[in-house]
Amino acid sequence: MNGVGIIKGLIETARNLAGSYHDKERLTTVRYPEETLPPVENARTIPFLVYDGGDAAAGLRCTACTICEKECPPQCIYIVKDMAKKPDYLGKMQLHPKVFDIDISVCMSCGICVEVCPFDAIKMDQVFELSTDDRFGGLLWGIKQLAKPNDYFQKLHRTEASEIDARREEDKSKSQAAAAAKAAGPAPAAKPPPSANKGAAA
Amino acid sequence: MQSLEQLKARLEAAVPGVRAEIVPNGSPAGQPSLLLDNGHARAAAEFLRDDAELRLDYCSNATGVDWPETTVKEKVKVKKVVDGAEKEVEEVRERKRGGYLEAVYHLYSMARKEGPVIIRLRTENRGDRVALPSLTPVWRSCEFQEREIFDLYGVVFQGHPDLRRILMWPEFRDYPMRKDYVEPDDYEYEPTPHDEVLERARRHYAGGPAA
Amino acid sequence: MTTLQSQSAAEEAAGGHQLLEVSMGPQHPSTHGVFRMDVALDGETVVRLKPVFGYLHRNHEKIGEKCSYLGSMPYTDRLDYICSLTNNWGYALTVEKLAGLAAPERAEYIRVILAELTRLINHSCLAGFLLQDMGAAGTPLMYAFREREKILDLFESLTGARMMCDYMRFGGCRCDLPPGWIEQARRVVARYPRFLDEFEALLTGNEIVRARTEGVGVLSAQLAVNAGITGPMLRASGVNYDIRKVDRYGVYGRMDFRVPMGERGDTFDRYMIRILEMRESLKILEQALRDLPGGPILDPKAKLRNLRPKAGEAYGRIEGPKGELGFYVISDGGPNPYRYRIRPPSLINLTILEDMCLGGTIADAVVILGSVDIVLGEVDR
Repeated sequence: MNGVGIIKGLIETARNLAGSYHDKERLTTVRYPEETLPPVENARTIPFLVYDGGDAAAGLRCTACTICEKECPPQCIYIVKDMAKKPDYLGKMQLHPKVFDIDISVCMSCGICVEVCPFDAIKMDQVFELSTDDRFGGLLWGIKQLAKPNDYFQKLHRTEASEIDARREEDKSKSQAAAAAKAAGPAPAAKPPPSANKGAAA
Repeated sequence: MQSLEQLKARLEAAVPGVRAEIVPNGSPAGQPSLLLDNGHARAAAEFLRDDAELRLDYCSNATGVDWPETTVKEKVKVKKVVDGAEKEVEEVRERKRGGYLEAVYHLYSMARKEGPVIIRLRTENRGDRVALPSLTPVWRSCEFQEREIFDLYGVVFQGHPDLRRILMWPEFRDYPMRKDYVEPDDYEYEPTPHDEVLERARRHYAGGPAA
Repeated sequence: MTTLQSQSAAEEAAGGHQLLEVSMGPQHPSTHGVFRMDVALDGETVVRLKPVFGYLHRNHEKIGEKCSYLGSMPYTDRLDYICSLTNNWGYALTVEKLAGLAAPERAEYIRVILAELTRLINHSCLAGFLLQDMGAAGTPLMYAFREREKILDLFESLTGARMMCDYMRFGGCRCDLPPGWIEQARRVVARYPRFLDEFEALLTGNEIVRARTEGVGVLSAQLAVNAGITGPMLRASGVNYDIRKVDRYGVYGRMDFRVPMGERGDTFDRYMIRILEMRESLKILEQALRDLPGGPILDPKAKLRNLRPKAGEAYGRIEGPKGELGFYVISDGGPNPYRYRIRPPSLINLTILEDMCLGGTIADAVVILGSVDIVLGEVDR
């Protein structure tokens, strides 16, 4: 009979409509902004800089090596190095950035800067409510807006942050043990003269 | 599937006068290509499509490549007199290679599920003699792709049914994909300028970059 | 002066009819992106149709010459923006051929899983949009998108982004599967046939759909092969050519699946082929999820930064959801490619749009364009 196909189709639509009242599978609308979807651990929107401890200036992990600036495909990162060195978490003296700008209107969220960073200093954030009415500077973020503490990083990407923290603790304890061994005096094996060693470790 | 040498031999036998040359490929992909001369390219293409053993009825890809003028350094073995005795010495010789535009076609056979066979056509130079025979009458899939090569590189395909710009608008001048293409000065605000963009920013604003 | 004006004067003189020239311009809900068709109509019959595009031309190929090999990977997401993972795979395959890298087995299985999921979302999108073009006012589209959302959630938990995934790397994948992902994927694959059955009950028997698509836009097999058509459009015309079966790239050689083929090459065949392909993709997904091995996901020889393949060239192709997606990369030994070319299936599939639409009505032109399945990001690059 002509029209059977259409009637079958209408039955499907009615089933979907009726089902949406009691079946969660059929009603999938999330009423944003009153409801939000739960955050996904791996999600990425724009980068942010990680700092350890409470002070953004002292604990910033970034050493201004500019690898992320070179690898960024749309070249939205702009770094100016500060020549005064600061110690990092291992005690080694490193450079740090004087200016670290990211143009987040250009950023593609590709995450390549995160992949190539050798210092775990830049990670992907998950904020997306970024609109502003300042057309020219509002979406150009500097260190003040980009630097976020390690606790924030822990909250966003628990697995990755825990791994990185564990590794950094291990590195720190290893380097402290090595420094302690040096300062305690040389072992009687092949070594440079004791006086020179003690002077260097002090 | 026969090797490229066998194919070249059969091609030269079937299409009299064609000059084919095998261009080797340095990468591990191992896909050498066949360089054809422009005069017999159409006949060679028809042979490749219609031959019973090849049946290359599907032209998958037509690409334009720009090779500007460059000097090629070659290691040449030369007989020289060294310390009184004649020896073969390796000498690095520089050779000027003229610029040309190239069209590369990747051919597959849908009937025999074989391929690819890669053929190349080169223009004489990058300035005024940029004509190539169009292979659209042989494989219709080249129609839009040759229009794109004309649009972005400037190669004029003779025998193409409808040769006009495809991606750029009709009044556009110049050919964007060429290596020496200079972009028009349409500089806008650029917060994080690098390299060439920084240069353009400095030229655009006499006093320095905007950021 | 438009391309049609000079010709229509001749036609007027010849036929005595006055042709109506319509520019189904770039902003139109049924043109699937910024795509224009200059149509000349005699009444309602299409006499001439010229596609015009280039509105989304971003010159990917020149950007590819400026970026490093890795830097071009996020740009490949934005080609055919619905199927970003298959674009990534095509490019990764080509550079692996160029540089002589090989992905380990686990990475290959993950790639197959993601590619088939991408095929599912692409064909859902197509089925929904085609029916929207026919006037179904969005309901089948939203049903299709509801299923698509589940797969996008899978992508987000694995790669970090729903659409622009940037997941494949040269020699493997970017990161490993998070815990619980396989179970979630299995759940999605298990629920999918129910959606397909509902969709078919809704639409395939529907008289309106049949009347609008059967016999419309017939494409002969010979013209399809000569015009370089690939993908579901080619198979709907009766040509048995699926690159997954021909080239056997990845681990498709181990998968047991069939390739659906059409008989008449009309729009209804093209639509049904995609529904059937979705069912075959589900079969492949079940097999791949079951056989997924453990192990590394990246070739140990692969370099992330500063990849410099030897000078040479390579052409790699995959069976994307729209057709054969090919990448042709020429390397000159430096960190950036010398020539980076994308073989776009949507552009080549548009070659015979005019041939298919001639003689039909303008309403048919809309439906035929919908069945060609174009995405302007790929056509224009």
